[in-house]
Amino acid sequence: MLTLTGVHVGYGRTSVVHGVDVEVGAGSVTAVMGHNGAGKTTLLRAAVGLLPVRSGKVTLDGADVTRMRPHQRVRRGLAYVPQGQQSFGQLTARENLQLVVDGAGPAGAGRMDEALDLFPALRGLLGRRAGLLSGGQRQQLAIARALITGPRVMVLDEPTEGIQPSVVAEIEDAIVTLAASKGLSVLLVEQHVGFALGAAERYYVLESGRVTSQGDGGAASEEDVRAAMAL
Amino acid sequence: MDAVISQTFAGLSLGSVLLLAALGLALTFGQMGVINMAHGEFMMAGAYTAFAVQKVVSDAGLSLLVSLLIGFLVGGLLGLLLEVTLISRMYTRPLDTLLVTFGVALVLQQLARDIFGAPNVDVRAPAWLSGAVPILGVDVPKTRVFILGLSIACVVALSLVLKLTPLGRRIRATVQNRDLAETSGISTRATDRLTFFIGSGVAGIAGVALTLLGSIGPTLGTNYIVDAFLVVVVGGIGQLKGAVIAAFALGLLQATIEYSSTASIAKVLVFVVIVAFLQVRPQGIVSVRTRSLA
Repeated sequence: MLTLTGVHVGYGRTSVVHGVDVEVGAGSVTAVMGHNGAGKTTLLRAAVGLLPVRSGKVTLDGADVTRMRPHQRVRRGLAYVPQGQQSFGQLTARENLQLVVDGAGPAGAGRMDEALDLFPALRGLLGRRAGLLSGGQRQQLAIARALITGPRVMVLDEPTEGIQPSVVAEIEDAIVTLAASKGLSVLLVEQHVGFALGAAERYYVLESGRVTSQGDGGAASEEDVRAAMAL
Repeated sequence: MDAVISQTFAGLSLGSVLLLAALGLALTFGQMGVINMAHGEFMMAGAYTAFAVQKVVSDAGLSLLVSLLIGFLVGGLLGLLLEVTLISRMYTRPLDTLLVTFGVALVLQQLARDIFGAPNVDVRAPAWLSGAVPILGVDVPKTRVFILGLSIACVVALSLVLKLTPLGRRIRATVQNRDLAETSGISTRATDRLTFFIGSGVAGIAGVALTLLGSIGPTLGTNYIVDAFLVVVVGGIGQLKGAVIAAFALGLLQATIEYSSTASIAKVLVFVVIVAFLQVRPQGIVSVRTRSLA
């Protein structure tokens, strides 16, 4: 579904990601783990088009999307939930979702209902300004917004970071459910190794911009992965 | 009492002109952060559009209404051209944008001189706008009432577009978080162009309105550009509501001071008040409160 081949990314003269290969299979969850500064977010931003790929290739369903702008990739089925529970703070929660419904064509309204079924707590908050929601609510809003675009691949950057534990469980459940029931492919950056390995069929450990370890999520032990991350 | 009413209306009238001049800028500068020094020249282009339209449509009333529409399109298209050719390459370089658009302003002024000549020209006001209407016992020129109504209509229209339409949602989202807008499926480039078109188009409308107040010349825009920026800054960047309050507050202040002194002294005192105000409240009259701006 989503393939990154020999991807190099950087900022200015600094190179951050050096020739990384990542493959996200259809209907499966793939996790990228690593310490702060390992290049995880940079890799994801390049995958969705927010950072230019210096060399290498990004393909979505076999089509080369390396030079496409982010909104064009969204229309081809690549959704992104960035780090930090980002939302349009001055817009209401409803406007945050409606914004995506506007661009999603006739199917958009139905998808909004489905997304709200997944996070029912949001229904009562639709009239509130998104900037006034809690971190967990904003993250649910961000995932709902991504789902309304009708993705086949969803890229999530630390979706449970800085969120209260009760909401973390809801978000984790939602991700696993989506992959299992809707055939959605998920590329996930996650510090929470236990969850990542539990959910992911395949994992990659990134260190200083290079893949230092990879394997099948189910087969790997948490200790082995933590040891690989500590290298 | 008559003097108070008369000066209040003078202030509201001045405020409405300031508001019309600043409204487009509230979009392009306030929302998008582009320092477009050629905004005043888009007003000038709107004013000359009214002059040109009157050459073709001799009925002054009809030509005013046609000019408002064509003035919007002319201002908008000039803005669009500027955005596509120059400003889009400089979104991260505000100082360069300021200098380049200042250059564009000079070019447009010279272009107007070449096409229409250096001396000022007049646009005839329609008969139904000549004379005055008595309001609370004070005679107020009809043209001033019309401009007040026009500025309010523009504010209402722009607010409705921003608040209720898909385009408005896209504009507000793009302004708040460009990357998030892109990854929500919004073409931020297309949104930038449309925002600039609308903001510059409103400047064109302002220019048409100014033809009702006096003769027009190539440097018409330079008389308003500084005031327009002041209105947006004092109002609070990114807020239409702030620009409305600031325009009328500055208009009333200027008219009140002018009553007991001269226009120049009033201008100086208004500047002093603005500087003092921004020391106390640098974010402007209306600021946004959220737990997370992102």
